[in-house]
Amino acid sequence: MANVRDFRTRIRSVRSTQQITRAMKLVSAAKLRRAQERILAARPYAEKMKEVLSSLAARAGAGRHPLLARRPERRTIVVVIAADKGLCGSFNTNILNGARAVLDRLRAQADVEVRVDIVGRKARDWFRRRDYPTRRVLLDLFRNLTPEQARDIAVNLIDAFTRAEVDAVHLVYNEFKSVMQQRVVVEPLLPIPPADLGLPAAGIPAGDTGAGGGGAAAEDYIYEPSPDRLFDALLPRHVETQVYRALLESAAAEQGARMTAMENATRNAEEMVDSLTLQMNKIRQASITKEILEVVSGAEALK
Amino acid sequence: MAAPTAHAETHGTGRPGGAPGLPVAIRLEIVTPSSRLVSEIVDEVILPGSLGYLGVLPGHAPLLTSLGIGRVTYRRGPDRGELALAGGFAEVLPDRVTVLADIAERAEAIDRERAGRARDRALKRLRGGERNTDFERAQITLQKALIRLSVAGRGGHDE
Repeated sequence: MANVRDFRTRIRSVRSTQQITRAMKLVSAAKLRRAQERILAARPYAEKMKEVLSSLAARAGAGRHPLLARRPERRTIVVVIAADKGLCGSFNTNILNGARAVLDRLRAQADVEVRVDIVGRKARDWFRRRDYPTRRVLLDLFRNLTPEQARDIAVNLIDAFTRAEVDAVHLVYNEFKSVMQQRVVVEPLLPIPPADLGLPAAGIPAGDTGAGGGGAAAEDYIYEPSPDRLFDALLPRHVETQVYRALLESAAAEQGARMTAMENATRNAEEMVDSLTLQMNKIRQASITKEILEVVSGAEALK
Repeated sequence: MAAPTAHAETHGTGRPGGAPGLPVAIRLEIVTPSSRLVSEIVDEVILPGSLGYLGVLPGHAPLLTSLGIGRVTYRRGPDRGELALAGGFAEVLPDRVTVLADIAERAEAIDRERAGRARDRALKRLRGGERNTDFERAQITLQKALIRLSVAGRGGHDE
């Protein structure tokens, strides 16, 4: 019966799909390993940076710095980090839904103007169909992620912030929790949260100048150049580090999600092949039985 | 946190000598945004501070400095290490030196041809004297290229 041949064709097509998903799984496993190594490699710098910053913040009058200035939030930028490619399960959906929640919450507040910086082709496609004003679109970052790219993003945001074009910047990205798990994270990037500098979380009103200088001057440091100048140079670096970390996390999370998705797809394909094979054999048997019956009854009739 | 435990490693390295109470070695860490390049115990470090080169021996007074473009040299006994560095910060404590470098490269990692091209381009721009040349930028590019070449060894001007 032609039916059996139909099944053969389908099984073959499922098999070849399975080969593709299996290959993709292996590729993303390799990429994931590299992405994880990068996260680990970036960690010492970030940690040392935090150490140096907080020891400096305690001594220099940190509160006055423009990058820490907390203004009433009227204009906000949300940086959404998604992937350039699909086939990674709910990775993009999750981040975009998360982003929408953040954007809608900000919009719901009276007179807050929100704009979006987009990283990743999938996010661009999503926002194209919706009416959130976008400011910058960055594609193909993940093909070769470098600290310089993070710097470019950070410098642009810092510029906008110091020129008071925006009052706050938030990051929305997928954090790499494990291969199976990603978590959508919404983080304030600017103004720099005081906690990042080991300062008390209490807001820093403009009047509170130089209070940090009093207590912690136990160790007399030599500063080259002055503490304020150093602080000026270090804080933007800190923001760059934060952006870089978010990008790295997202890259690793994407590969993890893709690996899991492709693993599931491969397993589903296997199940499908099994059930198709079973059905095919049933039909084959039925047709054989039928043929035998025909032969037997034909012979019977000749007697 | 960077609570400086100044004399914690006084006896840590087990090497005799030096004034009592002073550390006898420095723990040197050089990190860039994308990697940890050096993590070693050394006897001496020379850093390209933004206000000039500075040598650091164990027991140095606490110091926080920004870094310019130049070479980092460190020594452990007779063994020497060298890196090209461009921009960053260094925190110096009596027994510890932490370098947060924007860019740092070991001699092996330097692309000599690329550095050579960068040098030629920068020189051309500086000599060309066109109206809208950004001299400062060209100078920085030139400096970076020269340091890279000199750390990578031959093929460049000497310092």
